[in-house]
Amino acid sequence: MTAVIDNPMTRSTRAELLRLRKWPAVWVTVAVWVALALMFGYLFPYLSYRTGDLSFAGDGDTRAQLLVEMLPAALPTVLVQGLPMFGGALALVLGAIVAGNGYGWGTWKTVFTQGPSRPTTVGGSLVALTIAVVGILALTLVLFTGVSLVVAGVESQAVTWPAAGALLESFGGGFLVLEMWALLGYTLGTVARGPALAVGLGLVWALVVENLLRGVGALLGPVEAVTEVLPGTAGGSLVGALIDVSANPNETPGILDVLSGGQALVTVTAYCVGLVVLVLVLVRRRDVA
Amino acid sequence: MDDLVVQTDGLTKRYGERLAVDSVSMTVRRGEVYGFLGPNGAGKTTTLRMMLGLIRPTAGTASVLGRPAGRPDVIARVGALVEGPGFFPYLSGRDNLRTMARYRGLGDDAVDAALARVDLTDRAGDRFKAYSLGMKQRLGVASALMGEPELIVLDEPTNGLDPAGMADMRALVVSLARGGQTVLLSSHLLAEVQEICDRVGVINGGRLLREARVDELRGEATLRVRATPEDAAIAVAMRVAGEDAVRRTPHGLELGLPASAAPALVRDLVTAGVDVHEVSPTERSLEEVFFEMTTTAPTNAVPTEARVS
Repeated sequence: MTAVIDNPMTRSTRAELLRLRKWPAVWVTVAVWVALALMFGYLFPYLSYRTGDLSFAGDGDTRAQLLVEMLPAALPTVLVQGLPMFGGALALVLGAIVAGNGYGWGTWKTVFTQGPSRPTTVGGSLVALTIAVVGILALTLVLFTGVSLVVAGVESQAVTWPAAGALLESFGGGFLVLEMWALLGYTLGTVARGPALAVGLGLVWALVVENLLRGVGALLGPVEAVTEVLPGTAGGSLVGALIDVSANPNETPGILDVLSGGQALVTVTAYCVGLVVLVLVLVRRRDVA
Repeated sequence: MDDLVVQTDGLTKRYGERLAVDSVSMTVRRGEVYGFLGPNGAGKTTTLRMMLGLIRPTAGTASVLGRPAGRPDVIARVGALVEGPGFFPYLSGRDNLRTMARYRGLGDDAVDAALARVDLTDRAGDRFKAYSLGMKQRLGVASALMGEPELIVLDEPTNGLDPAGMADMRALVVSLARGGQTVLLSSHLLAEVQEICDRVGVINGGRLLREARVDELRGEATLRVRATPEDAAIAVAMRVAGEDAVRRTPHGLELGLPASAAPALVRDLVTAGVDVHEVSPTERSLEEVFFEMTTTAPTNAVPTEARVS
């Protein structure tokens, strides 16, 4: 016998999950993420490994090092190394379209006249978005596990599994980074009442502005202090801490060692909490046409 | 007070310098079909949005089902279609309703019943974006009907409907009222409103000009008479209807008598040697009353004679 929890929040979450599950744009975003993650996590390194061309994906690694990074033992590293760059950007897009499109289509208006309060409705939407983020990361882990096993098999390597703790730590850290970017997109979509401006501004910020500010920060102390609390710095530093980038220099864009692991964890968590509060306050008070 | 499903008191909404709704006080009674009339931009939709809690009033209050408007426990008992249907374009009609049903805690049986009620079952599997305007409108009405809400707010529900669809919608609204549900209907189609509404509120420039029963607004029925000689006809008419009830118009005489008085009047006229060319019952349509209240009649308005049966 299963007990079904039925309250306005679970109803809102179930409703939101139904429409997200059937939304082609969500699956396109997931597909792009999977394709990019596989490409940069395994395809390019494997091509470099097979062809002996170490100039691109290898970042100067030896062929032996490249192979090690594609085996199951390296799953905790490979899982998160794409998150600061395109993973975060795609999560931002996902969050922005989930929140923003409802204003253009008038669906928030319809949803807000169904019964649950606005905080409950939007809370359900955020829970559904979080479930989607967890699902995307879990799907990625399953795919990466499969690909790493194939690589091990093809290259006749012994299969060594990573420590469960390391994998869990990687999954949790990766989730926080993706969640932060998804919530940032959701917030921008809510503020802009549409997806286009939110996606545009978010991507320019994530991919350009933060990198420029970090460049300026190297010259100006006050700017550097600001860049240390920006989401890209926090997310990149959290991933950097997870793969111990200070001990193993990694040239992957977006992976940083600006903040310590603890500082990065606190900053990313603070963004997640702060963005949720901001969205709830915004939606609770505003007029909806 | 239980009789009042909607009650607003000095409801006001201001956008910067523009006063969209100006101190509107209106009431909708349980079980009635209330027509909310006004030209474009009069403030109808803004008023409805405040009743549903979608926007906050600048001043005044609105209570719905005896509670402050916009509270979740109130909204759950209201079905609404406000300013066009807002649905997910990539979902089918059925999945859109399933999504909304989940918010309401309803099952798929409520979805199927609502689809059947607006005659959309056959196309329920099609994507919303592939629907015609009329089908989108019907889906919006279906969404408002799910769960048998006590109050149904329909903002221009016949937009985009073909004549058959309008007739269906009219029958649907009447059946809702017969079933005990209260309907608040905003519409530009005055003939529809005249036919199905018990009371109406007329709003213009953000102000509620009048709230009354439809028959009160339209006033008493009259008889139009064309007869010669006219002076003799007037004398007979004054004797039958009373001096104050006879008016000479460019189209003949207008008498303050109901249609049932026509046979006796004709007999008296003929007995008095008057030639009777035409006797026809007339009554002001809601459209005429509406235009009188809101503006002068537009040049393309249907002429009065064309509406007299």
